[in-house]
Amino acid sequence: MASLRQIAFYGKGGIGKSTTSQNTLAALTELGQRILIVGCDPKADSTRLILHAKAQDTILSLAANAGSVEDLELEDVMKVGYNDIRCVESGGPEPGVGCAGRGVITSINFLEENGAYEDIDYVSYDVLGDVVCGGFAMPIRENKAQEIYIVMSGEMMAMYAANNISKGILKYANSGGVRLGGLVCNERQTDKEYELAESLAKKLGTQLIYFVPRDNIVQHAELRRMTVIEYAPDSAQAQHYRNLATKVHGNSGNGIIPTPITMDELEDLLMEHGIMKAVDESQIGKTAAELAVG
Amino acid sequence: MPQNADNVLDHFELFRGPEYQQMLANKKKMFENPRDPAEVERIREWAKTPEYKEKNFAREALTVNPAKACQPLGAVFVAVGFEHTIPFVHGSQGCVAYYRSHLSRHFKEPSSCVSSSMTEDAAVFGGLNNMIDGLANTYNMYKPKMIAVSTTCMAEVIGDDLNAFIKTAKEKGSVPQEYDVPFAHTPAFVGSHVTGYDNAIKGVLEHFWDGKAGTAPKLVREPNEKINFIGGFDGYTVGNLREVKRIFGLMGVDYTILGDNSEVFDTPTDGEFRMYDGGTTLEEAANAVHAKATISMQEYCTEKTLPFIANHGQEVVAFNHPVGVKGTDEFLMAIARISGKEIPEELAKERGRLVDAIADSNAHIHGKKFAIYGDPDLCLGLASFLLELGAEPTHVLATNGNQKWADKVQKLFDSSPFGQNCNVYPGRDLWHMRSLLFTEPVDFLIGNTYGKYLERDTGTPLIRIGFPVFDRHHHHRRPVWGYQGGMNVLITILDKIFDTIDQNTIVPAKTDYSFDIIR
Repeated sequence: MASLRQIAFYGKGGIGKSTTSQNTLAALTELGQRILIVGCDPKADSTRLILHAKAQDTILSLAANAGSVEDLELEDVMKVGYNDIRCVESGGPEPGVGCAGRGVITSINFLEENGAYEDIDYVSYDVLGDVVCGGFAMPIRENKAQEIYIVMSGEMMAMYAANNISKGILKYANSGGVRLGGLVCNERQTDKEYELAESLAKKLGTQLIYFVPRDNIVQHAELRRMTVIEYAPDSAQAQHYRNLATKVHGNSGNGIIPTPITMDELEDLLMEHGIMKAVDESQIGKTAAELAVG
Repeated sequence: MPQNADNVLDHFELFRGPEYQQMLANKKKMFENPRDPAEVERIREWAKTPEYKEKNFAREALTVNPAKACQPLGAVFVAVGFEHTIPFVHGSQGCVAYYRSHLSRHFKEPSSCVSSSMTEDAAVFGGLNNMIDGLANTYNMYKPKMIAVSTTCMAEVIGDDLNAFIKTAKEKGSVPQEYDVPFAHTPAFVGSHVTGYDNAIKGVLEHFWDGKAGTAPKLVREPNEKINFIGGFDGYTVGNLREVKRIFGLMGVDYTILGDNSEVFDTPTDGEFRMYDGGTTLEEAANAVHAKATISMQEYCTEKTLPFIANHGQEVVAFNHPVGVKGTDEFLMAIARISGKEIPEELAKERGRLVDAIADSNAHIHGKKFAIYGDPDLCLGLASFLLELGAEPTHVLATNGNQKWADKVQKLFDSSPFGQNCNVYPGRDLWHMRSLLFTEPVDFLIGNTYGKYLERDTGTPLIRIGFPVFDRHHHHRRPVWGYQGGMNVLITILDKIFDTIDQNTIVPAKTDYSFDIIR
């Protein structure tokens, strides 16, 4: 257990968290690492590329059928995919009902109690969207993930989410061991994306650990429910993920306690890079028609 | 009004007067939508049939009268077993009122416990501020040596992280940095009070042994000759722990009782209120890591605790609430083996007396059929004792028993000729028990106070053994463990058997053919 490395990927919904994490972890197996992925998203698609199948039996759906999570065995929920990566999906309720956060707590407790973390080198949590409630912070509690990697892009809302997640980490970092490992920028080809990502990382006190360029091959692989590492191992994109994996692997113990910024500071950052123009305060709240007259 | 200050009638007399009878009849007629009594009677009779039983056992989405409580009750029970320790339940107030009243009604003692009093704003923003203020208030008002934290459903659903919260509260100065605040997550919707007992006692040991949540070095075990003893959640804790101490004393064994709440649940009335009394000292709790072995009297109360202790290098031994000759034999022999001490003559004599008493009364117990419900370990202990007496534990039911428990009970049945027609029911409730008592009747029912409704419904005489017992006083002061405890259980069972015989033969010139003086 002592050498067990636990990491987590957070980021705004739709940013490519699951794709990035699965490709990175697939690449990590090439470094001889034995990996467990814990999908903490009710959509249960955090392991789709590793297993070549979506919506496997999730812990919570099986527990609901069996009556309680105590009635489950580890074998019922753990699937083995590409390069022997072990996969579990916590699952959760349909949108609009129940409490997905509690589902994450229940699932992680179940996995720990049933020895899912034995004989592996890495546990990776893939967590949906923002840290919206205590349950989604479960992976960053003490003795869980040591480093958090935030997947983001040069879009304003992705950066906003990254900043919010940093706030969540900060809350737990002072009392526990969790640290921000770094930002992973998933290129959206927005203006000055690399520079922006770098500056945000700097503001947060961390590093841009990797800039993953956009390549359609990711899409091709995804359609075949595969990682690029498996689909096109010789491609340039696969090499990028390998580079990212190597950086993550070497980043053990280098995490930091983040220094989140305010919304104003975030807007200033965008202005600094000329993405946003300074707005004349007198124009705020006026419609286009009003401005034309004025 | 018939009530009169010179002769105040209790409600059960008062309500029999004509005014109240009239009022109750009117109420029923005008507001209670009464059904045809014949139809009510028909349904009542139908609910006693095997056909109804089949439907009852096919029931999936409804539990009726589960024979279990929830996790924090077990955590509170553990906390008060440590010296000057106050249980702190992180969650809403009503939950804590329940644990306190439940324990008070059983032990007839005050039960001190605090709540972090979470309300709607805490549900939205998290309970950190409640933890910060709550710990500070508790520390300053009640001056405990230790505050043991557990959680209710509310805190668990919103995902409050006790470890982080307690650390933050310490940073904010609620309690000193080095102050002991062990904790256990005890979601009430998981498991039962025995799970909560397990989590809480493990939480305390983890705190003292594994570095007090990062504020002290982890303890390094230096084995000594002591034996740790864990009683588990036990309604007889007062009598049992005193009996266990007597036994350890007689054997000359050096021991530590972990979670000794026998004093706090039995404080004397001598003019001084004791909010805390007795209990395992914090030093003893820490030093327990060095012990040679740990004995748990209740396996299902220590499912996580014992592996935790074993990982620290100790031998662990688990029993299932041993009652009677064989159970006590095994318990004493385990102590003798671990400690290398002889079992003294005095205990051997007590054993002989229990065997003698069993033989004296054998004619009345042999072949009698019993239904038992209660916690998993208690059920095993009682069933084993009944088999030893030549009685049949026909139905054994535990709402908080799982399939592994059921397999163990079945193995016990298989080990005795008296167990051949017995059945075990894991995860069932008292409404299932009701069907069983109608379709496959037994002579006696063993259970807690809630069994009195089954007794009235089915006519099966109830022997009160278990937790809670609210409607009889002081039973918790008498042990059910050890040979003496076995004797107490035997006498309790026999009393009911003889009372029942007397009841059946009490009508002069009708049933009193042998209303004997001698039984």
